[in-house]
Amino acid sequence: MSIEIEINAGGHGHEPEFSTKPIWRTFWILLGITMVELILATIHLKTGFPPKLVLNGMYLILTCAKAFYIIAEFMHLRHEIKNMIMTMAIPALLFVWFIIAFLWDGGSFKDLRNRYDSHHYEMSKTPAPSQEGHEPAAKKPGSEE
Amino acid sequence: MAQAVPAGTKWWSGGKSPFNVEYGKLMMWYFLMSDAFTFGAFLISYGSIRFATNGWPNPNQVFRAFPLMGETNLPLVFVSLMTFILIMSSVTMVLAVSAGHQGDRKAVTKWMILTIIGGLMFLSCQAWEWTHLHGEGAWWGRNPFLNADGTKATTNFTNFFFTITGFHGFHVFSGVIINIIMLIKNLRGDFEKRGHYLMIEKAGLYWHFVDLVWVFVFTCFYLL
Repeated sequence: MSIEIEINAGGHGHEPEFSTKPIWRTFWILLGITMVELILATIHLKTGFPPKLVLNGMYLILTCAKAFYIIAEFMHLRHEIKNMIMTMAIPALLFVWFIIAFLWDGGSFKDLRNRYDSHHYEMSKTPAPSQEGHEPAAKKPGSEE
Repeated sequence: MAQAVPAGTKWWSGGKSPFNVEYGKLMMWYFLMSDAFTFGAFLISYGSIRFATNGWPNPNQVFRAFPLMGETNLPLVFVSLMTFILIMSSVTMVLAVSAGHQGDRKAVTKWMILTIIGGLMFLSCQAWEWTHLHGEGAWWGRNPFLNADGTKATTNFTNFFFTITGFHGFHVFSGVIINIIMLIKNLRGDFEKRGHYLMIEKAGLYWHFVDLVWVFVFTCFYLL
């Protein structure tokens, strides 16, 4: 135990690597990416310009970029040795399969159900009847509260 | 790799940690990995249900309120504020870790207090948002919002929203508790006596993870 503590307490001890500059740089990057996401969303709401599918792709790329900066800089993983990085990165690759498999399965379930359960399909395409008297929220944007 | 590690070090031949990190920190990483899969399972089940459903409520219509502003139509503004608060508290946490490396106990105290305040602010925002949605009639098993195309929505939307943001909020809550414990230990001088601030680093890893999860929750519920 004492050996390991020594490695770490000593290994990180020298300052230049831990100046606060990269921390603030990372902060500005994260803030900037969030602002870009917001601006994209606002432009889409006003003009409908980037088609939703393209927009979602951009959101996912920007989200992954944010995740990278948090893990690499804030959690300091980028500055660990390669063994350490790999013991985290390789299991995380399972997410690639995890996401693709389950979203694909969801999409396939939807298609099959729409094809073979016509009652379900029609119900899901029928506009909701306006309910008795008091409308629930989100029926007419900006008309309640 | 930035540490002063001599080239050609035989990491696996015994006598040292092959990952060059302290045991507790490595275990924290492995815990976070398992926690990432828990959150991943939640978010992926949300995604797969969403892919399996014909209609879905439009988040820009559901999340468009702001506290004390009365009747508003400000999609994304409040949740962006929450994101900003959490990123900010992540920064103060790294600064606490960095102060710990320099053995500066006073600075660690200062940054830990700011981190705790950030966490509490985030929790307050979330409490407000939940209260607001509950006031509109949304809760587990109840969904007043229609799909974007005007058809009736299932309760999946609210169930997933409250479960996942609730699970994340509980993580933030435990993170705040952990940070308070670290602050007390720091004030008592425990870390100074021990000669290193590794406990602050471990608490910091957990705190950044909470921020990391929020990045994905933010994208999945508010943007997509």
